[in-house]
Amino acid sequence: MNVSPATSVALAPHSRWTHHRTVGFGYLAISAVAVGVGTVLSLLMRLHLSWPAWSLPLHGPILPEEYLGLVTMHGTLMLFFVLTVAPQSGFGNLILPAQIGARHMAFPRLNAASMWLTGLALLVLLTAFFVPGGSPISGWTAYPPLSATALAGPGQGEGMDVWLAAIALFSVASTLGAINTLTTIVKLRGEGMSWPRLPLTVWGWFTAALLSVLAFSVLLAALAMLFCDRHLQSSFFVPGGDLVNGVLLQHRGDGSPLLWLHLFWFFGHPEVYIAILPGMGLTSMVLANFAHRRVFAYRLMIATTLLIGLLGILVWGHHMFVAGLNPFAGSAFALSSMAIALPASAKVLSWLATIWRSRPQLTTPMLFALGFVSLFITGGLTGPILAQPILDEYLHNTFFVVAHFHLIMAMAGVFGLFCATYYWFPLLFGKMLSERLGKLHFWGTILGAYATFLPMHLTGLAGEPRQYAQLTGVPGPAGQLLQTTLPLQNHITYGALFLACAQLPFFLNLVLTLRSRLRASQNPWSATTMEWAPQAADELATHRDPCHYAEDGVLFLGQWEPDATSELPPE
Amino acid sequence: MHLTQAIVTGQSFWHLPVDASRHGPALDAHLLLNLWIALSLLALAHLILLAGLAFRRRASRPVHTLLLEYIPLAALTLLFAFLAARAQQLWAAQRYTGASPAAMQVEVTGMQFAWYFRYPGADAAFGETRPSLVAPGEGNPLGLDQTDRHSGDDLVTSQLVLPAGREVDLALRSQDVIHGFAVPEMRLKQNAVPGQTAHIHFTPTQPGSYAILCTQLCGLGHYRMQATMQVLPPAEFDAWLQAQEAAASKRGQP
Amino acid sequence: MPPIVTPPEIERRHKVHESDNGSGRRPPTDKRTGGNGEGDSDNWNDRPQGRRGPRERLSQVRMGVFFGLFAVLMFFIAIVSAFFVTRASGHFDAYSKYVNEWLPTTIPSILWLNTAVLILSSASAEMARRSMFREEDVMDEWIGLSRRTSQRATAWLTLTLALGALFLAGQWVAWDQLAAQHVFFKSNPSSHFFYLITVAHAVHLFVGVGALIAALIGLRRSHQIASRQIFVDATVWYWHAMGLLWLFLFALLEFGQ
Ligand code: HEA
Ligand code: HEA
Ligand code: CUA
Ligand SMILES: [Cu+2]
Repeated sequence: MNVSPATSVALAPHSRWTHHRTVGFGYLAISAVAVGVGTVLSLLMRLHLSWPAWSLPLHGPILPEEYLGLVTMHGTLMLFFVLTVAPQSGFGNLILPAQIGARHMAFPRLNAASMWLTGLALLVLLTAFFVPGGSPISGWTAYPPLSATALAGPGQGEGMDVWLAAIALFSVASTLGAINTLTTIVKLRGEGMSWPRLPLTVWGWFTAALLSVLAFSVLLAALAMLFCDRHLQSSFFVPGGDLVNGVLLQHRGDGSPLLWLHLFWFFGHPEVYIAILPGMGLTSMVLANFAHRRVFAYRLMIATTLLIGLLGILVWGHHMFVAGLNPFAGSAFALSSMAIALPASAKVLSWLATIWRSRPQLTTPMLFALGFVSLFITGGLTGPILAQPILDEYLHNTFFVVAHFHLIMAMAGVFGLFCATYYWFPLLFGKMLSERLGKLHFWGTILGAYATFLPMHLTGLAGEPRQYAQLTGVPGPAGQLLQTTLPLQNHITYGALFLACAQLPFFLNLVLTLRSRLRASQNPWSATTMEWAPQAADELATHRDPCHYAEDGVLFLGQWEPDATSELPPE
Repeated sequence: MHLTQAIVTGQSFWHLPVDASRHGPALDAHLLLNLWIALSLLALAHLILLAGLAFRRRASRPVHTLLLEYIPLAALTLLFAFLAARAQQLWAAQRYTGASPAAMQVEVTGMQFAWYFRYPGADAAFGETRPSLVAPGEGNPLGLDQTDRHSGDDLVTSQLVLPAGREVDLALRSQDVIHGFAVPEMRLKQNAVPGQTAHIHFTPTQPGSYAILCTQLCGLGHYRMQATMQVLPPAEFDAWLQAQEAAASKRGQP
Repeated sequence: MPPIVTPPEIERRHKVHESDNGSGRRPPTDKRTGGNGEGDSDNWNDRPQGRRGPRERLSQVRMGVFFGLFAVLMFFIAIVSAFFVTRASGHFDAYSKYVNEWLPTTIPSILWLNTAVLILSSASAEMARRSMFREEDVMDEWIGLSRRTSQRATAWLTLTLALGALFLAGQWVAWDQLAAQHVFFKSNPSSHFFYLITVAHAVHLFVGVGALIAALIGLRRSHQIASRQIFVDATVWYWHAMGLLWLFLFALLEFGQ
């Protein structure tokens, strides 16, 4: 494999297995497996929702519990193993050291260990398909008592145990990885790389890592308690006198299912920001790169990144407005959730201002960054709607929520990943992905994303609840209500199929490019951040903020260029 | 009248189901306001985005952080604050206080995968239930303790029948796992959590049959855990209640 | 300033190859850290990247340990907040009386003894840590005149290990005593938490014991005094944190029920 000079030197000092490059690719491989499986599951879900009688070849029709298994595994794979792993750990390891002028991560062995642990977690999770009873059916949020006893349904026995084990492993691995990231950023920044000079990508990784250290250990504690409830008859989350499936549970005490909700969402909300913060940082940098400008209000962007992280730990209750939370607490969480919309809006404004009348180069990475902005706006604007308890009372657990988080998390997050792939491909492989296929990929994906997830708002507003294994064959007024959403269901399913097919140009692109002999130039995007420096890391020092471009948009000054060349006038 | 008109057209544009409760129209108005605002911001932001891409590159001028960042941000702050304040008013009106003492009491119990409704009967008090007595096969799905003096006149049904125009106080309970009690047409949703009782109150206004859905994942039958809410004109409701109670007491005496 | 001063010109000549921490080249008592980006005031123009003070690696590991301890802290905060929630919750029984099944667990008095042992072990760990950083001895050891620091630290760490093992044994006895009174994990909410907290803490101490053993091995095996310092330092900070955490948890169990 060909490596560009900036990274090849860094291969020397450490063993190949602990090198951050190996670890980074390992993480990407893990998330590639997860995204493959997760996508197949999502398509099965869609097909089943549109054609409930359809029978899966070699398997037969999809039973309700199997549908719920699909939902649970899809959510778990995508959120944990794709959007937590790939942006933060995958690209974090590949790019972060070079971007801060370091040559490696702070703890290479620990780093490798957390990667393998993550892989193990994925392996464990995937066995859930094959254990007796099948995969768990309680969703990625695993609310007890449904998740607290095997009596509650198929998949809640061994499947649930496997899920718990996998997520526990994942928590440990993520915490270790985050410790590594944090120490690397604090301690290993190269000469001259002061805090305000850090690219916004690094700020994204930094904040996400802080949130990981904070949140994953809370999840781990909750998982431990749930394990005790399941196997040691404790009652952390199981209320007294609970009668499940005709069996009176013999747990002593008055556990509270709401306690799990609090602990889970204290983790869960920061988790969704962990998934998106690196993407936000990358988008900022890529927009500025191709607009040949500074990022608009750079310091404010740093501040909003940190503020989103900070507020992100204070809003968990907005998932529980109608879950039995005190109404006054509902108001408080509504306030903090509305407040978090402000730093997010500040970011959007800054993105818009950065590209305003800049005539940017519309390269593929730039297109994906623009797509990120678009999807973030579309998905984000429904956030404050959901954050108003009185409206959430109507919208909670409907497809409106599903639309919200697929646009802002799933699609924006995935656009961030594609942006990263196209942008850093020349750095990682010394080759350029084809622009033509890339653009095809972009247009297909953004079209598919909107075609799939916009109509979900409408089915949600019409009352369609989430996690329903079937929308037909239900008697009474409920059946009629669900019936009204059916025409849109097919539309959504076609959209999803189209969206999945739109990924084919991407794979074709990868294969063709990796096989071609054409070499990319050293810094094809005229990027200014340290990872594109032509020198080896030893000789580097950082001399300025990122994104120095001359007025004409041609000349640029990398962070690594010594002051000898005349300083460009600030834009 | 104008508002109602606007709501009705907005409802069909946004696919909202009919609205049949007293707090519903205000909620709908606020929801539609939110949706239109979101849609306009969405359009505006995309216009800015596309315009920014399309227009010729502008010669560099000093950057107006104030103009481009802080003033729009202040505007958005005001907008979000306004929406939050209105939502808070509605929320407080609905949730901060309990039902009026005159409200009709009904207990709702969720279990995998059915809803049961219990009317307290003439004594206006619910009898005791015990998990150990639960026997759906023997017609006692709630585990009603017949030795309790309040139990005798309790009426258990599988359909929620309510009079139009009277406030209802629902006590939500669950026997096994968390369920979600939702009536889209009543703009109502509240989880039933085992081990605790949640109260929610509302007033149905239009007679009709409405869907009661379970909106919290509760197991493989989650999708078919439904019931019907029948809202009757008050006179019909009284007749129904009397007939039911008569039938129940006949069953009660062997 | 350190006793041996390396002029920057000489420093620049041997380019670093193995790692950029510079340990083993400069005496490990050098208090200087630098190069971590805060560069402007640090004359970064002249100093090539990668030459860092010998304490650099130590402070890195310390920081890693502290971030890890923060995660551990969050883990226990989650459990302790669950403790308070559960202590306060009850239900209405068949006679509409509010019952709270929380039966405060009588804490075996041996826990006081264990706590004292753990405090002692922390003290001896601190002795080990301090002895790794005593300037003259470190210089001696760096030059190769003696291995006094490591020998002393080995003794203190062994004592810590013994005390730590004693603490764990003491906890075992406490569980045994409770079991003899028929207080088991599943008995009631309070006992859930007693066992959960003590066991989770014991698991963390087991990790600490593992670290102590690793540090002892490291003290014998490692060729660089700087690495030996790191082993001891990181282990001892972890150990202290577990001791401190125990004080809080013990106070919670003893007085918070
Ligand atoms: C990252 C998160 C993520 C992603 C990407 C997706 C992608 C998709 N999801 Fe989603 N989904 C969730 C997270 C995600 N989902 C979660 C958390 C839930 C809730 C689960 C629960 O209720 O418990 C859910 C639930 C959910 C439901 C609701 C089921 C129900 O409640 O009944 C549906 C139904 O249509 C659905 C459909 C889809 C579809 C059609 C896609 C399609 O978009 C898939 C198309 C695939 C792609 C576009 C490929 C993506 C490519 C990459 C990621 C590239 C990787 C690149 C590198 C590794 C470099 N999902
Ligand atoms: C990456 C993931 C991500 C992100 C970033 C967000 C962002 C936000 N989310 Fe979302 N959310 C999820 C992932 C995410 N969410 C998931 C996965 C769920 C479901 C979990 C489950 O139940 O399974 C969920 C559910 C969820 C709920 C619970 C819904 C329910 O279950 O009933 C709520 C409620 O308040 C909420 C609120 C918000 C808010 C206020 C934001 C804010 O941060 C949004 C801020 C963004 C904006 C406000 C847009 C800014 C743009 C503009 C203002 C345009 C500017 C205009 C011009 C220039 C003209 N989210
Ligand atoms: Cu009951 Cu879902
Ligand atoms: Cu949230």
